[in-house]
Amino acid sequence: MLEIFLGLYIFMLAAFVGYGVIKGVPALLHTPLMAFTNAISGISLVGSLVAAGAHYNDVSTVLGAIAVLCATINVVGGFWITDRMLRMFKKQEPKAGADGEAAS
Amino acid sequence: MTGVVEPLLFVAATAPGDADIAFNSPVETLYLIASFLFILGLRGLTAAHTARRGLILAELGMVFAIWGTVIHPDIMAHLEIAGFFQTYKWILLTFFIGSAIGIAISALIPMTRMPERIALSHAFGGLAAALVGVSEYYREQVVAGHMDQTTMAAIGFEVLFGGLTFTGSLMAFGKLSGLIPGRNITWPLQNQSNILMFGGTFVLLVLVTIDPSNQVLFYAVAAMPLLLGILFVAPIGGADMPVVITLLNSYAGLAASATGFALGNNVLIIAGALDGASGFILSVVMSKAMNRSFRNVLFGAFGKVDEEDAAKAAAGGDRVQEASVGDAAMLLSGAGSVIVCPGYGMAVAQAQHVVGELAEILEANGTQVRYAIHPVAGRMPGHMNVLLAEAKIPYTSLMELEEINEDFKHTDVALVVGANDVVNPAAKHNPASSIYGMPVLNADLARSCIVLKRSMRPGFAGIENELFFAPNTVLTFGDAKDTLEKVVEALR
Repeated sequence: MLEIFLGLYIFMLAAFVGYGVIKGVPALLHTPLMAFTNAISGISLVGSLVAAGAHYNDVSTVLGAIAVLCATINVVGGFWITDRMLRMFKKQEPKAGADGEAAS
Repeated sequence: MTGVVEPLLFVAATAPGDADIAFNSPVETLYLIASFLFILGLRGLTAAHTARRGLILAELGMVFAIWGTVIHPDIMAHLEIAGFFQTYKWILLTFFIGSAIGIAISALIPMTRMPERIALSHAFGGLAAALVGVSEYYREQVVAGHMDQTTMAAIGFEVLFGGLTFTGSLMAFGKLSGLIPGRNITWPLQNQSNILMFGGTFVLLVLVTIDPSNQVLFYAVAAMPLLLGILFVAPIGGADMPVVITLLNSYAGLAASATGFALGNNVLIIAGALDGASGFILSVVMSKAMNRSFRNVLFGAFGKVDEEDAAKAAAGGDRVQEASVGDAAMLLSGAGSVIVCPGYGMAVAQAQHVVGELAEILEANGTQVRYAIHPVAGRMPGHMNVLLAEAKIPYTSLMELEEINEDFKHTDVALVVGANDVVNPAAKHNPASSIYGMPVLNADLARSCIVLKRSMRPGFAGIENELFFAPNTVLTFGDAKDTLEKVVEALR
Protein backbone atom coordinates (compact mmCIF):
# COMPACT_ATOMS: atom_id res chain seq x y z
CA MET A 1 0.00 0.00 0.00
CA LEU A 2 2.76 2.46 0.98
CA GLU A 3 4.46 1.78 -2.36
CA ILE A 4 1.34 2.74 -4.29
CA PHE A 5 0.95 5.97 -2.36
CA LEU A 6 4.57 6.91 -2.87
CA GLY A 7 4.04 6.14 -6.54
CA LEU A 8 0.97 8.37 -6.66
CA TYR A 9 2.91 11.24 -5.09
CA ILE A 10 5.67 10.79 -7.63
CA PHE A 11 3.16 10.65 -10.45
CA MET A 12 1.37 13.78 -9.28
CA LEU A 13 4.53 15.81 -8.83
CA ALA A 14 6.01 14.63 -12.12
CA ALA A 15 2.79 15.50 -13.93
CA PHE A 16 2.90 19.05 -12.53
CA VAL A 17 6.58 19.44 -13.37
CA GLY A 18 5.87 18.14 -16.86
CA TYR A 19 2.94 20.51 -17.24
CA GLY A 20 5.01 23.49 -16.10
CA VAL A 21 7.99 22.71 -18.30
CA ILE A 22 6.12 21.67 -21.42
CA LYS A 23 3.81 24.70 -21.24
CA GLY A 24 6.91 26.69 -22.23
CA VAL A 25 7.61 24.72 -25.40
CA PRO A 26 6.80 26.96 -28.40
CA ALA A 27 4.38 25.77 -31.10
CA LEU A 28 7.37 25.80 -33.42
CA LEU A 29 8.73 22.71 -31.67
CA HIS A 30 5.51 20.81 -31.04
CA THR A 31 6.26 18.04 -33.52
CA PRO A 32 9.77 17.42 -32.16
CA LEU A 33 8.22 17.54 -28.68
CA MET A 34 5.88 14.68 -29.56
CA ALA A 35 8.70 12.59 -30.99
CA PHE A 36 10.82 13.43 -27.96
CA THR A 37 8.27 12.50 -25.29
CA ASN A 38 7.46 9.43 -27.31
CA ALA A 39 11.10 8.37 -27.13
CA ILE A 40 11.20 9.03 -23.40
CA SER A 41 8.07 7.04 -22.71
CA GLY A 42 9.68 4.23 -24.63
CA ILE A 43 11.22 3.87 -21.20
CA SER A 44 8.67 1.09 -20.80
CA LEU A 45 11.69 -0.57 -22.37
CA VAL A 46 12.87 -0.72 -18.79
CA GLY A 47 9.86 -2.79 -17.78
CA SER A 48 10.12 -5.06 -20.78
CA LEU A 49 13.86 -5.58 -20.31
CA VAL A 50 13.24 -7.08 -16.90
CA ALA A 51 10.53 -9.31 -18.29
CA ALA A 52 12.79 -10.41 -21.14
CA GLY A 53 15.94 -10.82 -19.08
CA ALA A 54 14.79 -12.32 -15.80
CA HIS A 55 13.43 -15.50 -17.41
CA TYR A 56 10.58 -15.93 -14.96
CA ASN A 57 8.93 -18.29 -17.44
CA ASP A 58 8.66 -18.75 -21.21
CA VAL A 59 5.48 -16.77 -21.74
CA SER A 60 6.77 -13.76 -19.81
CA THR A 61 10.08 -13.97 -21.66
CA VAL A 62 8.52 -14.04 -25.12
CA LEU A 63 6.04 -11.25 -24.35
CA GLY A 64 8.86 -9.26 -22.78
CA ALA A 65 11.08 -9.78 -25.82
CA ILE A 66 8.38 -8.51 -28.19
CA ALA A 67 7.88 -5.55 -25.87
CA VAL A 68 11.62 -4.78 -25.93
CA LEU A 69 11.43 -4.79 -29.73
CA CYS A 70 8.52 -2.31 -29.79
CA ALA A 71 10.01 -0.10 -27.11
CA THR A 72 13.44 -0.04 -28.73
CA ILE A 73 11.93 1.06 -32.03
CA ASN A 74 10.42 3.98 -30.12
CA VAL A 75 13.43 4.91 -28.05
CA VAL A 76 16.08 4.69 -30.75
CA GLY A 77 13.79 5.79 -33.58
CA GLY A 78 12.25 8.56 -31.50
CA PHE A 79 15.57 10.11 -30.53
CA TRP A 80 16.87 9.71 -34.06
CA ILE A 81 13.94 11.46 -35.70
CA THR A 82 13.82 14.21 -33.08
CA ASP A 83 17.45 14.92 -33.86
CA ARG A 84 16.74 14.85 -37.59
CA MET A 85 14.01 17.43 -37.13
CA LEU A 86 15.90 19.67 -34.75
CA ARG A 87 18.88 19.78 -37.08
CA MET A 88 16.62 21.35 -39.70
CA PHE A 89 15.61 24.30 -37.54
CA LYS A 90 17.97 27.08 -38.53
CA LYS A 91 18.14 30.70 -37.48
CA GLN A 92 18.12 33.52 -39.97
CA GLU A 93 21.54 33.70 -41.56
CA PRO A 94 23.13 37.10 -40.93
CA LYS A 95 24.22 37.71 -44.50
CA ALA A 96 21.41 38.35 -46.97
CA GLY A 97 23.21 38.53 -50.32
CA ALA A 98 25.85 35.81 -50.72
CA ASP A 99 24.45 32.43 -49.74
CA GLY A 100 26.25 30.16 -52.17
CA GLU A 101 28.71 28.52 -49.80
CA ALA A 102 26.66 28.37 -46.63
CA ALA A 103 24.45 25.59 -47.95
CA SER A 104 24.98 22.07 -46.58
CA MET B 1 -16.20 -15.27 -9.66
CA THR B 2 -16.32 -18.99 -10.30
CA GLY B 3 -14.25 -21.37 -8.27
CA VAL B 4 -12.44 -22.87 -11.24
CA VAL B 5 -8.86 -23.47 -10.24
CA GLU B 6 -6.52 -24.21 -13.07
CA PRO B 7 -4.03 -26.98 -12.37
CA LEU B 8 -1.26 -24.57 -13.29
CA LEU B 9 -2.33 -22.00 -10.81
CA PHE B 10 -0.49 -22.96 -7.66
CA VAL B 11 2.55 -24.67 -9.10
CA ALA B 12 5.02 -22.06 -8.00
CA ALA B 13 3.13 -20.68 -5.04
CA THR B 14 6.22 -20.99 -2.89
CA ALA B 15 8.35 -18.78 -5.15
CA PRO B 16 10.78 -16.59 -3.23
CA GLY B 17 9.79 -13.11 -2.11
CA ASP B 18 8.82 -10.49 -4.61
CA ALA B 19 11.99 -8.89 -5.92
CA ASP B 20 10.18 -5.75 -7.15
CA ILE B 21 9.67 -4.67 -3.59
CA ALA B 22 13.28 -5.22 -2.61
CA PHE B 23 15.11 -1.92 -2.63
CA ASN B 24 18.27 -1.82 -4.64
CA SER B 25 20.29 1.36 -4.25
CA PRO B 26 22.56 1.23 -7.34
CA VAL B 27 19.54 0.67 -9.55
CA GLU B 28 17.54 3.41 -7.83
CA THR B 29 20.44 5.85 -8.09
CA LEU B 30 20.72 5.28 -11.82
CA TYR B 31 16.95 5.76 -12.17
CA LEU B 32 17.12 8.98 -10.19
CA ILE B 33 19.81 10.38 -12.48
CA ALA B 34 17.79 9.29 -15.50
CA SER B 35 14.66 11.07 -14.25
CA PHE B 36 16.62 14.24 -13.57
CA LEU B 37 18.09 14.18 -17.08
CA PHE B 38 14.68 13.61 -18.69
CA ILE B 39 13.21 16.69 -17.05
CA LEU B 40 16.29 18.76 -17.83
CA GLY B 41 16.15 17.54 -21.42
CA LEU B 42 12.51 18.54 -21.79
CA ARG B 43 13.40 21.98 -20.47
CA GLY B 44 15.85 22.31 -23.33
CA LEU B 45 12.96 22.04 -25.78
CA THR B 46 11.52 25.33 -24.59
CA ALA B 47 13.78 27.18 -27.03
CA ALA B 48 14.96 26.22 -30.48
CA HIS B 49 18.63 26.93 -29.84
CA THR B 50 18.79 24.74 -26.71
CA ALA B 51 16.63 21.93 -28.09
CA ARG B 52 19.41 19.70 -29.35
CA ARG B 53 21.31 20.00 -26.08
CA GLY B 54 18.12 18.91 -24.33
CA LEU B 55 17.85 15.95 -26.61
CA ILE B 56 21.38 14.84 -25.79
CA LEU B 57 20.63 15.09 -22.05
CA ALA B 58 17.55 12.93 -22.49
CA GLU B 59 19.52 10.38 -24.51
CA LEU B 60 22.06 10.26 -21.72
CA GLY B 61 19.20 9.76 -19.28
CA MET B 62 17.97 6.84 -21.33
CA VAL B 63 21.43 5.24 -21.17
CA PHE B 64 21.34 5.50 -17.38
CA ALA B 65 17.83 4.05 -17.24
CA ILE B 66 18.80 1.09 -19.39
CA TRP B 67 22.02 0.58 -17.45
CA GLY B 68 20.03 0.57 -14.23
CA THR B 69 17.71 -2.03 -15.67
CA VAL B 70 20.17 -4.54 -17.03
CA ILE B 71 21.57 -4.79 -13.50
CA HIS B 72 18.05 -5.26 -12.05
CA PRO B 73 18.25 -7.82 -9.22
CA ASP B 74 15.89 -10.24 -10.99
CA ILE B 75 18.11 -10.25 -14.06
CA MET B 76 21.28 -10.53 -11.95
CA ALA B 77 19.81 -13.51 -10.15
CA HIS B 78 19.31 -15.20 -13.47
CA LEU B 79 22.77 -14.17 -14.64
CA GLU B 80 24.35 -16.12 -11.78
CA ILE B 81 22.50 -19.27 -12.71
CA ALA B 82 22.47 -19.15 -16.49
CA GLY B 83 25.46 -17.08 -17.55
CA PHE B 84 25.75 -13.97 -19.70
CA PHE B 85 24.61 -15.29 -23.04
CA GLN B 86 21.54 -17.11 -21.78
CA THR B 87 20.48 -14.09 -19.76
CA TYR B 88 20.92 -11.32 -22.26
CA LYS B 89 20.34 -13.13 -25.55
CA TRP B 90 16.72 -11.98 -25.96
CA ILE B 91 17.46 -8.49 -24.79
CA LEU B 92 20.40 -8.10 -27.16
CA LEU B 93 18.67 -9.67 -30.14
CA THR B 94 15.48 -7.64 -29.86
CA PHE B 95 17.39 -4.50 -28.98
CA PHE B 96 19.47 -4.71 -32.14
CA ILE B 97 16.54 -5.54 -34.39
CA GLY B 98 14.45 -2.80 -32.77
CA SER B 99 17.23 -0.24 -33.18
CA ALA B 100 17.67 -1.18 -36.81
CA ILE B 101 13.95 -0.84 -37.51
CA GLY B 102 13.71 2.39 -35.51
CA ILE B 103 16.64 4.00 -37.31
CA ALA B 104 15.48 2.80 -40.70
CA ILE B 105 12.00 4.28 -40.25
CA SER B 106 13.29 7.51 -38.75
CA ALA B 107 16.04 8.13 -41.27
CA LEU B 108 14.00 7.34 -44.36
CA ILE B 109 10.53 8.68 -43.71
CA PRO B 110 9.78 11.97 -45.49
CA MET B 111 8.89 14.91 -43.25
CA THR B 112 5.46 15.18 -44.85
CA ARG B 113 4.60 11.78 -43.35
CA MET B 114 5.58 12.72 -39.83
CA PRO B 115 2.02 12.38 -38.47
CA GLU B 116 1.93 8.75 -39.60
CA ARG B 117 5.30 8.11 -38.02
CA ILE B 118 4.16 9.57 -34.70
CA ALA B 119 0.89 7.61 -34.76
CA LEU B 120 2.79 4.41 -35.42
CA SER B 121 5.19 5.03 -32.57
CA HIS B 122 2.26 5.55 -30.20
CA ALA B 123 0.99 2.17 -31.35
CA PHE B 124 4.33 0.55 -30.52
CA GLY B 125 4.41 2.26 -27.14
CA GLY B 126 0.90 1.11 -26.30
CA LEU B 127 1.63 -2.43 -27.40
CA ALA B 128 4.81 -2.60 -25.35
CA ALA B 129 2.97 -1.47 -22.22
CA ALA B 130 0.11 -3.89 -22.77
CA LEU B 131 2.50 -6.80 -23.34
CA VAL B 132 4.48 -6.06 -20.21
CA GLY B 133 1.17 -5.97 -18.34
CA VAL B 134 0.09 -9.36 -19.60
CA SER B 135 3.56 -10.75 -18.98
CA GLU B 136 3.45 -9.54 -15.36
CA TYR B 137 0.00 -10.94 -14.81
CA TYR B 138 1.08 -14.27 -16.22
CA ARG B 139 4.14 -14.36 -13.99
CA GLU B 140 2.53 -13.31 -10.73
CA GLN B 141 -0.97 -14.69 -11.02
CA VAL B 142 -0.95 -17.57 -13.46
CA VAL B 143 2.43 -19.06 -12.56
CA ALA B 144 3.12 -17.87 -9.02
CA GLY B 145 -0.54 -17.93 -8.05
CA HIS B 146 -0.75 -14.75 -6.06
CA MET B 147 -1.20 -11.15 -6.95
CA ASP B 148 -2.17 -8.36 -4.64
CA GLN B 149 -5.03 -6.07 -5.55
CA THR B 150 -3.03 -2.86 -5.90
CA THR B 151 -0.69 -4.46 -8.44
CA MET B 152 -3.71 -5.89 -10.20
CA ALA B 153 -5.31 -2.44 -10.46
CA ALA B 154 -2.08 -1.01 -11.90
CA ILE B 155 -1.78 -3.82 -14.44
CA GLY B 156 -5.44 -3.36 -15.30
CA PHE B 157 -4.90 0.31 -16.17
CA GLU B 158 -1.74 -0.63 -18.00
CA VAL B 159 -3.44 -3.06 -20.37
CA LEU B 160 -6.44 -0.73 -20.67
CA PHE B 161 -4.46 2.32 -21.78
CA GLY B 162 -1.91 0.21 -23.65
CA GLY B 163 -4.50 -1.66 -25.71
CA LEU B 164 -6.56 1.46 -26.38
CA THR B 165 -3.46 3.33 -27.53
CA PHE B 166 -2.30 0.41 -29.68
CA THR B 167 -5.37 -0.08 -31.85
CA GLY B 168 -6.44 3.56 -31.68
CA SER B 169 -3.06 4.64 -33.02
CA LEU B 170 -3.12 1.97 -35.71
CA MET B 171 -6.49 3.35 -36.81
CA ALA B 172 -5.07 6.88 -36.81
CA PHE B 173 -2.09 5.61 -38.80
CA GLY B 174 -4.41 3.92 -41.29
CA LYS B 175 -6.45 7.06 -41.76
CA LEU B 176 -3.44 9.33 -42.12
CA SER B 177 -1.74 7.08 -44.63
CA GLY B 178 -4.93 6.51 -46.59
CA LEU B 179 -5.14 2.78 -45.91
CA ILE B 180 -8.49 3.42 -44.26
CA PRO B 181 -10.88 6.06 -45.62
CA GLY B 182 -10.04 9.28 -43.79
CA ARG B 183 -13.63 10.42 -43.55
CA ASN B 184 -15.65 9.83 -40.44
CA ILE B 185 -17.11 6.34 -40.40
CA THR B 186 -20.40 6.41 -38.56
CA TRP B 187 -23.03 3.92 -37.50
CA PRO B 188 -26.27 4.17 -35.54
CA LEU B 189 -26.09 4.64 -31.76
CA GLN B 190 -22.33 4.90 -32.13
CA ASN B 191 -21.58 7.15 -29.17
CA GLN B 192 -23.99 5.35 -26.88
CA SER B 193 -22.57 1.92 -27.64
CA ASN B 194 -18.98 3.17 -27.36
CA ILE B 195 -19.61 4.74 -23.98
CA LEU B 196 -21.47 1.65 -22.81
CA MET B 197 -18.57 -0.58 -23.84
CA PHE B 198 -16.06 1.68 -22.18
CA GLY B 199 -18.11 1.64 -18.98
CA GLY B 200 -18.37 -2.13 -19.24
CA THR B 201 -14.61 -2.49 -19.56
CA PHE B 202 -14.14 -0.31 -16.53
CA VAL B 203 -16.54 -2.48 -14.52
CA LEU B 204 -14.57 -5.57 -15.58
CA LEU B 205 -11.41 -3.81 -14.44
CA VAL B 206 -12.92 -3.20 -11.00
CA LEU B 207 -14.11 -6.81 -10.79
CA VAL B 208 -10.72 -8.26 -11.68
CA THR B 209 -9.11 -5.98 -9.11
CA ILE B 210 -11.42 -7.42 -6.48
CA ASP B 211 -10.60 -10.94 -7.60
CA PRO B 212 -7.24 -11.05 -9.43
CA SER B 213 -7.37 -14.84 -9.72
CA ASN B 214 -10.17 -14.68 -12.29
CA GLN B 215 -8.20 -15.12 -15.48
CA VAL B 216 -11.15 -14.92 -17.85
CA LEU B 217 -11.93 -11.48 -16.48
CA PHE B 218 -8.35 -10.37 -16.88
CA TYR B 219 -8.08 -11.44 -20.49
CA ALA B 220 -11.39 -9.70 -21.17
CA VAL B 221 -9.95 -6.52 -19.66
CA ALA B 222 -6.90 -6.96 -21.88
CA ALA B 223 -8.93 -7.61 -25.04
CA MET B 224 -11.76 -5.08 -24.77
CA PRO B 225 -9.59 -1.96 -25.11
CA LEU B 226 -8.26 -3.33 -28.41
CA LEU B 227 -11.78 -3.19 -29.79
CA LEU B 228 -12.50 0.13 -28.11
CA GLY B 229 -9.47 1.79 -29.71
CA ILE B 230 -10.81 0.92 -33.15
CA LEU B 231 -14.36 1.99 -32.39
CA PHE B 232 -13.34 5.29 -30.82
CA VAL B 233 -11.12 6.46 -33.65
CA ALA B 234 -13.23 5.18 -36.56
CA PRO B 235 -15.81 8.01 -36.40
CA ILE B 236 -13.20 10.78 -36.17
CA GLY B 237 -12.43 12.51 -39.46
CA GLY B 238 -8.98 13.17 -40.89
CA ALA B 239 -8.90 16.86 -40.04
CA ASP B 240 -9.52 16.14 -36.35
CA MET B 241 -6.41 13.96 -36.30
CA PRO B 242 -4.29 16.55 -34.45
CA VAL B 243 -6.52 16.12 -31.40
CA VAL B 244 -6.62 12.34 -31.70
CA ILE B 245 -2.85 12.02 -32.03
CA THR B 246 -2.19 14.24 -29.04
CA LEU B 247 -4.77 12.41 -26.97
CA LEU B 248 -3.23 9.06 -27.86
CA ASN B 249 0.14 10.55 -26.97
CA SER B 250 -1.28 11.26 -23.54
CA TYR B 251 -2.69 7.72 -23.22
CA ALA B 252 0.65 6.20 -24.22
CA GLY B 253 2.19 8.16 -21.37
CA LEU B 254 -0.44 6.99 -18.91
CA ALA B 255 0.14 3.40 -20.01
CA ALA B 256 3.86 3.80 -19.32
CA SER B 257 3.08 5.31 -15.93
CA ALA B 258 0.75 2.44 -15.06
CA THR B 259 3.56 0.07 -15.99
CA GLY B 260 5.68 1.92 -13.47
CA PHE B 261 3.06 1.36 -10.77
CA ALA B 262 2.80 -2.32 -11.63
CA LEU B 263 6.55 -2.84 -11.46
CA GLY B 264 7.22 -0.42 -8.61
CA ASN B 265 9.49 1.49 -10.98
CA ASN B 266 9.73 5.23 -10.35
CA VAL B 267 11.56 6.30 -13.49
CA LEU B 268 8.75 4.76 -15.50
CA ILE B 269 6.12 6.61 -13.48
CA ILE B 270 7.95 9.90 -14.04
CA ALA B 271 8.64 9.44 -17.75
CA GLY B 272 5.05 8.34 -18.29
CA ALA B 273 3.73 11.35 -16.39
CA LEU B 274 5.87 13.69 -18.50
CA ASP B 275 4.58 12.10 -21.68
CA GLY B 276 1.01 12.19 -20.40
CA ALA B 277 1.29 15.86 -19.45
CA SER B 278 2.76 16.72 -22.84
CA GLY B 279 -0.02 14.94 -24.70
CA PHE B 280 -2.60 16.61 -22.49
CA ILE B 281 -1.23 20.12 -23.05
CA LEU B 282 -1.02 19.60 -26.79
CA SER B 283 -4.56 18.29 -27.04
CA VAL B 284 -5.84 21.30 -25.10
CA VAL B 285 -3.91 23.59 -27.47
CA MET B 286 -5.39 21.78 -30.47
CA SER B 287 -8.94 21.87 -29.16
CA LYS B 288 -8.67 25.57 -28.38
CA ALA B 289 -7.32 26.26 -31.85
CA MET B 290 -10.44 24.60 -33.25
CA ASN B 291 -12.69 26.24 -30.71
CA ARG B 292 -14.09 22.86 -29.76
CA SER B 293 -14.21 20.85 -26.60
CA PHE B 294 -12.70 17.38 -26.26
CA ARG B 295 -16.18 15.99 -26.06
CA ASN B 296 -17.11 17.64 -29.31
CA VAL B 297 -14.09 16.21 -31.12
CA LEU B 298 -14.49 12.72 -29.71
CA PHE B 299 -18.23 12.49 -30.04
CA GLY B 300 -18.40 15.28 -32.60
CA ALA B 301 -21.43 16.23 -34.60
CA PHE B 302 -19.27 17.37 -37.51
CA GLY B 303 -20.04 14.31 -39.60
CA LYS B 304 -23.71 15.06 -40.00
CA VAL B 305 -23.49 18.71 -40.98
CA ASP B 306 -20.86 17.81 -43.53
CA GLU B 307 -22.91 16.52 -46.42
CA GLU B 308 -25.52 19.27 -46.62
CA ASP B 309 -23.05 22.11 -46.45
CA ALA B 310 -20.76 20.43 -48.91
CA ALA B 311 -23.62 20.23 -51.38
CA LYS B 312 -24.45 23.89 -50.77
CA ALA B 313 -20.85 24.86 -51.32
CA ALA B 314 -20.63 22.97 -54.57
CA ALA B 315 -23.78 24.67 -55.81
CA GLY B 316 -22.88 28.25 -54.88
CA GLY B 317 -19.26 28.44 -55.88
CA ASP B 318 -19.04 30.45 -59.08
CA ARG B 319 -18.31 34.07 -58.24
CA VAL B 320 -14.59 33.66 -57.62
CA GLN B 321 -11.92 35.60 -59.48
CA GLU B 322 -9.47 33.31 -61.10
CA ALA B 323 -5.88 34.36 -61.61
CA SER B 324 -3.41 32.84 -64.03
CA VAL B 325 0.09 31.89 -62.95
CA GLY B 326 1.33 35.05 -64.63
CA ASP B 327 -1.11 37.23 -62.68
CA ALA B 328 -0.04 35.61 -59.43
CA ALA B 329 3.63 36.10 -60.25
CA MET B 330 3.00 39.74 -61.04
CA LEU B 331 1.15 40.35 -57.81
CA LEU B 332 3.96 38.73 -55.85
CA SER B 333 6.77 40.56 -57.62
CA GLY B 334 5.10 43.89 -56.92
CA ALA B 335 4.61 43.16 -53.24
CA GLY B 336 6.72 44.71 -50.51
CA SER B 337 5.61 42.20 -47.94
CA VAL B 338 4.18 38.69 -48.23
CA ILE B 339 2.76 36.37 -45.59
CA VAL B 340 2.49 32.71 -46.55
CA CYS B 341 -0.36 30.74 -44.91
CA PRO B 342 0.41 27.05 -45.32
CA GLY B 343 -2.08 24.24 -44.72
CA TYR B 344 -2.37 20.50 -45.06
CA GLY B 345 -2.58 20.92 -48.84
CA MET B 346 1.05 22.02 -48.82
CA ALA B 347 2.04 18.75 -47.18
CA VAL B 348 -0.06 16.70 -49.59
CA ALA B 349 1.46 18.44 -52.60
CA GLN B 350 4.94 18.33 -50.98
CA ALA B 351 5.20 21.98 -51.91
CA GLN B 352 7.36 23.13 -48.99
CA HIS B 353 10.62 23.21 -50.97
CA VAL B 354 9.22 25.28 -53.78
CA VAL B 355 7.70 27.63 -51.19
CA GLY B 356 11.26 28.05 -49.93
CA GLU B 357 12.54 28.75 -53.45
CA LEU B 358 9.85 31.32 -54.05
CA ALA B 359 10.69 33.03 -50.77
CA GLU B 360 14.35 33.16 -51.75
CA ILE B 361 13.55 34.91 -55.02
CA LEU B 362 11.16 37.36 -53.39
CA GLU B 363 13.61 38.15 -50.63
CA ALA B 364 16.35 38.78 -53.16
CA ASN B 365 13.94 41.38 -54.61
CA GLY B 366 13.72 43.05 -51.23
CA THR B 367 10.31 41.64 -50.34
CA GLN B 368 9.74 40.69 -46.71
CA VAL B 369 8.45 37.09 -46.52
CA ARG B 370 7.01 35.60 -43.36
CA TYR B 371 4.88 32.59 -42.56
CA ALA B 372 1.72 32.47 -40.47
CA ILE B 373 1.31 29.06 -38.84
CA HIS B 374 -2.12 28.20 -37.52
CA PRO B 375 -1.91 25.69 -34.65
CA VAL B 376 -4.10 23.13 -36.43
CA ALA B 377 -2.73 23.61 -39.93
CA GLY B 378 -1.73 20.10 -40.96
CA ARG B 379 -2.41 16.83 -39.25
CA MET B 380 -0.44 17.23 -36.04
CA PRO B 381 0.85 20.03 -33.83
CA GLY B 382 3.85 21.75 -35.39
CA HIS B 383 3.49 19.89 -38.70
CA MET B 384 3.92 23.00 -40.88
CA ASN B 385 6.93 24.24 -38.90
CA VAL B 386 8.82 21.02 -39.51
CA LEU B 387 8.04 21.05 -43.22
CA LEU B 388 9.12 24.66 -43.67
CA ALA B 389 12.24 24.08 -41.61
CA GLU B 390 13.02 21.18 -43.94
CA ALA B 391 12.83 23.63 -46.83
CA LYS B 392 15.61 25.58 -45.07
CA ILE B 393 13.35 28.42 -44.07
CA PRO B 394 14.75 30.01 -40.91
CA TYR B 395 12.52 29.41 -37.90
CA THR B 396 12.73 33.08 -37.03
CA SER B 397 10.30 33.84 -39.86
CA LEU B 398 7.78 31.17 -38.80
CA MET B 399 5.18 33.10 -36.81
CA GLU B 400 2.45 31.85 -34.53
CA LEU B 401 -1.08 33.04 -35.08
CA GLU B 402 -1.14 35.59 -32.24
CA GLU B 403 2.25 36.97 -33.21
CA ILE B 404 1.38 37.83 -36.77
CA ASN B 405 -2.38 38.20 -37.00
CA GLU B 406 -2.31 41.96 -36.48
CA ASP B 407 0.24 42.37 -39.27
CA PHE B 408 -1.94 41.12 -42.11
CA LYS B 409 -3.60 44.49 -42.53
CA HIS B 410 -0.23 46.10 -43.31
CA THR B 411 0.74 43.31 -45.69
CA ASP B 412 0.57 43.46 -49.46
CA VAL B 413 -0.06 39.81 -50.31
CA ALA B 414 -1.29 36.87 -48.26
CA LEU B 415 -0.38 33.67 -50.10
CA VAL B 416 -2.59 30.77 -49.01
CA VAL B 417 -1.00 27.41 -49.86
CA GLY B 418 -3.35 24.51 -49.32
CA ALA B 419 -5.09 26.00 -46.29
CA ASN B 420 -8.83 26.49 -46.10
CA ASP B 421 -10.77 26.62 -42.86
CA VAL B 422 -7.92 28.23 -40.92
CA VAL B 423 -8.24 31.32 -43.16
CA ASN B 424 -12.03 31.45 -43.32
CA PRO B 425 -13.23 34.87 -42.09
CA ALA B 426 -16.69 33.42 -41.40
CA ALA B 427 -15.23 32.14 -38.12
CA LYS B 428 -14.92 35.77 -37.03
CA HIS B 429 -18.33 37.19 -37.85
CA ASN B 430 -20.83 34.55 -38.91
CA PRO B 431 -22.44 32.90 -35.87
CA ALA B 432 -24.24 30.46 -38.18
CA SER B 433 -20.97 28.97 -39.38
CA SER B 434 -19.92 25.68 -37.79
CA ILE B 435 -16.43 27.04 -37.24
CA TYR B 436 -17.66 30.30 -35.69
CA GLY B 437 -15.37 31.34 -32.83
CA MET B 438 -12.37 29.38 -34.05
CA PRO B 439 -9.29 31.61 -34.20
CA VAL B 440 -8.32 32.14 -37.85
CA LEU B 441 -5.53 33.84 -39.76
CA ASN B 442 -6.56 37.30 -41.01
CA ALA B 443 -5.60 36.55 -44.60
CA ASP B 444 -8.71 38.47 -45.69
CA LEU B 445 -7.27 41.70 -44.28
CA ALA B 446 -4.19 41.71 -46.48
CA ARG B 447 -4.31 44.14 -49.42
CA SER B 448 -4.66 41.20 -51.74
CA CYS B 449 -4.83 37.50 -51.22
CA ILE B 450 -3.74 34.70 -53.54
CA VAL B 451 -5.24 31.31 -52.82
CA LEU B 452 -3.63 28.23 -54.35
CA LYS B 453 -6.25 25.56 -54.55
CA ARG B 454 -6.75 22.26 -56.26
CA SER B 455 -10.48 22.70 -56.85
CA MET B 456 -13.50 24.40 -55.35
CA ARG B 457 -13.97 21.55 -52.89
CA PRO B 458 -14.66 22.82 -49.36
CA GLY B 459 -12.32 22.16 -46.43
CA PHE B 460 -12.68 19.73 -43.56
CA ALA B 461 -15.56 21.53 -41.93
CA GLY B 462 -17.41 21.12 -45.23
CA ILE B 463 -18.35 24.76 -45.38
CA GLU B 464 -18.05 27.59 -47.83
CA ASN B 465 -15.01 29.80 -47.43
CA GLU B 466 -15.95 33.49 -47.69
CA LEU B 467 -12.35 34.40 -48.33
CA PHE B 468 -12.55 32.93 -51.83
CA PHE B 469 -15.31 35.34 -52.80
CA ALA B 470 -13.79 38.49 -51.34
CA PRO B 471 -13.09 41.28 -53.84
CA ASN B 472 -9.38 41.35 -52.99
CA THR B 473 -8.92 37.58 -53.36
CA VAL B 474 -7.82 35.74 -56.46
CA LEU B 475 -7.67 31.96 -56.85
CA THR B 476 -5.13 30.04 -58.84
CA PHE B 477 -6.28 26.50 -59.45
CA GLY B 478 -4.02 23.49 -59.73
CA ASP B 479 -1.60 21.44 -57.70
CA ALA B 480 0.15 23.80 -55.28
CA LYS B 481 3.59 22.50 -56.17
CA ASP B 482 3.06 22.79 -59.93
CA THR B 483 1.61 26.25 -59.64
CA LEU B 484 4.41 27.51 -57.43
CA GLU B 485 7.04 26.00 -59.71
CA LYS B 486 5.54 27.92 -62.61
CA VAL B 487 5.40 31.10 -60.54
CA VAL B 488 9.06 30.66 -59.62
CA GLU B 489 9.92 30.19 -63.29
CA ALA B 490 7.98 33.29 -64.27
CA LEU B 491 9.79 35.35 -61.63
CA ARG B 492 13.26 34.19 -62.63
